[in-house]
Amino acid sequence: MISAGIDIGSITAKAALVDDGTLVATRIIFTGYNPAAAAREVFAALLSQTGIPEASVRRIVATGYGRASVDFAHKTLTEIICHGAGAHFLDPDVRGVIDVGGQDSKAILLDANGQVENFAMNDKCAAGTGRFLEVMAQALQIPLDQMGEISLGAETPVKISSICTVFAESEVISMIARQKNRRDIAAGIHISTAARVASLAGKIHLGPPVVMTGGVAKNKGMVKALEDRLGYTITVGAMPQENGAVGAAFLAAGI
Amino acid sequence: MTRTDDKENRKIAAAKKMRDIMTTYYLDALSASQNNRQVAWITSGGPVEPLVAMDIIPVYPENHGAMIGSSKMGEDLCSKAEEMGYSTDLCSYARADIGCAVVQGGPIGGLPKPDMLICCNNICGTVLKWYEVQARYYDVPLFILDTPVCHTGYFPETAAYVKAQITEYIGFLESVTGKKMDMDRMNQVGHLSLEGQKLWQQVLKTTAHKPSPMSAFDAFFFLALIVTLRGTRTAVDFYRELLTEMEDRITRNISIVPEEQYRLLWDNLPVWHRLKWLSQKFSDHKACLVADTYTSAWCGAIQYIDPENFLDSIAQAYTRIYLNIGIDQMADQILDMIAFYDVHGLVMHSNRSCKPYSFGQMDIMNIVRKKAGIPVLMLEADMVDPRSFSQSQIDTRIDAFMEIIQHKNRPHTRVGPQTDTGRKAGAR
Ligand code: SF4
Repeated sequence: MISAGIDIGSITAKAALVDDGTLVATRIIFTGYNPAAAAREVFAALLSQTGIPEASVRRIVATGYGRASVDFAHKTLTEIICHGAGAHFLDPDVRGVIDVGGQDSKAILLDANGQVENFAMNDKCAAGTGRFLEVMAQALQIPLDQMGEISLGAETPVKISSICTVFAESEVISMIARQKNRRDIAAGIHISTAARVASLAGKIHLGPPVVMTGGVAKNKGMVKALEDRLGYTITVGAMPQENGAVGAAFLAAGI
Repeated sequence: MTRTDDKENRKIAAAKKMRDIMTTYYLDALSASQNNRQVAWITSGGPVEPLVAMDIIPVYPENHGAMIGSSKMGEDLCSKAEEMGYSTDLCSYARADIGCAVVQGGPIGGLPKPDMLICCNNICGTVLKWYEVQARYYDVPLFILDTPVCHTGYFPETAAYVKAQITEYIGFLESVTGKKMDMDRMNQVGHLSLEGQKLWQQVLKTTAHKPSPMSAFDAFFFLALIVTLRGTRTAVDFYRELLTEMEDRITRNISIVPEEQYRLLWDNLPVWHRLKWLSQKFSDHKACLVADTYTSAWCGAIQYIDPENFLDSIAQAYTRIYLNIGIDQMADQILDMIAFYDVHGLVMHSNRSCKPYSFGQMDIMNIVRKKAGIPVLMLEADMVDPRSFSQSQIDTRIDAFMEIIQHKNRPHTRVGPQTDTGRKAGAR
């Protein structure tokens, strides 16, 4: 049986197809301002990429912040359950997931069967999310996808003390004015974000093996800062961004 | 049956009566000075019985705060207090009350001016400064009843210390009113107080029945009488009636949540400004919040009350209330409730305002997870100030929590297919 998962995030929309317990393909596009249209578009793109006719897809689960707007889904499930399931299917040994997306970050504790035991999400603010890193990359005038690489060469990372994104941005700007090294600032930004995310992991007693998902998992500097903070290594799968959609597709097979 | 019929059928009839009683109570309080009666403002956990015995009308800024929250006027009044220089970190009951006193706003145009203030710090330290501020503002006498924390137990020194203050309290009331306390009347009020608390406890216990005849959301509403009219015949009669209605619902198997499937326990104050939304949200998941630690606080110290020796015994009863005991004891009470009400999960409101209630929740959560093995959800919000409430975040958290509970209670299911069909992801 073929099933699909659609994950509508704040920045990107993802889709995944699963056939009898095997992952077939995934697709990712920008969400834009219309989540319902993005859902249709990403699903259509995935179908044409695989040549699978829509009628063959028997079950669809939607997840992500825009899950309610996916009108062709059979069921909606939260990102928490789907990320947990995605991580479990891609690596059954995993006991914890750290997901840092565009507008939220979360830590998910899994039991041996891949069921979610507990979870913690960021508070009502952008600190510790992808959005925070985006704002900081702009302030530093470096492309977001290079910030991780750049920070790896840091010698003495700066200390960012503000939790608030707006204040942290002015802190960064004043550091630039004082001609602090960009590498060190970038590393400092990652350290401060990692501290926020690590506190979520700590709250629910997350322990290895832990996998990191979400767009921010592609940022090597961020992964390193998190590992330093947590004191253990974190795995990043081949498709960190699509993990929620993959989980949704696997879960769809069971409904 | 149509949806509306069904809804009508599930309604609790006593609600109307309760509303009428509260209206009369507030009208009496607002017209007190015209009727030559005195008004005392008192903290929610304070010993109210001596006031009732002396015919002083007790008024509760915290109950008023709850009304402000429910009528969604919290943001304006809290901002007013912030403009006056009070920190956003201050309890929103205090902010709303301080703001309201100045602008005479809120759902009933402000509380009646007090003739005296009675502050008992068994609930928190905030009330001390809050009542001092109001005592200065209204220029009226303030009585402070200091109840030491009893995190590990109740000791003879504490007993003597609080008892001495109860005596001073009576003296204070006599001097402000210029009247002597009538001890027979005091005894009568003591009996009524205990009777009311016992009935309230019985009402709350009816929700152990499956399906539950009422929910914590109803308890949040019906609580008002045991707070404001404790020690009166009105409260006793009302709760007797409510109890009969609940027993009748049980016999007729009328549940408050249609098709109740999951039972939950709530911790901390309600989120007054989102009661309807939250109640609908849980109901959509076929979940009923059957009990809570908050409303049961008004019958939690019954075992210490001796109606024959009321004044002496309330020293202990008012000191050993829920917010004044240790975290381990709180956790024990929660574990007892989890077993008694047979719940599937615990929902903790981490309340930005109420530090004594929210501090320690993390430890309680860990204890509950370990000893009861049920999922625990932590929601960050504030009882009155809507600026600390983020709906979409809370929405997702509740959905995820309910998904976990559903999975846990579906026997022999695993998340999706067997693991051996899973593919190992390439490591970084
Ligand atoms: S801090 Fe808590 S106990 Fe104290 S007045 Fe506010 S809500 Fe009540």
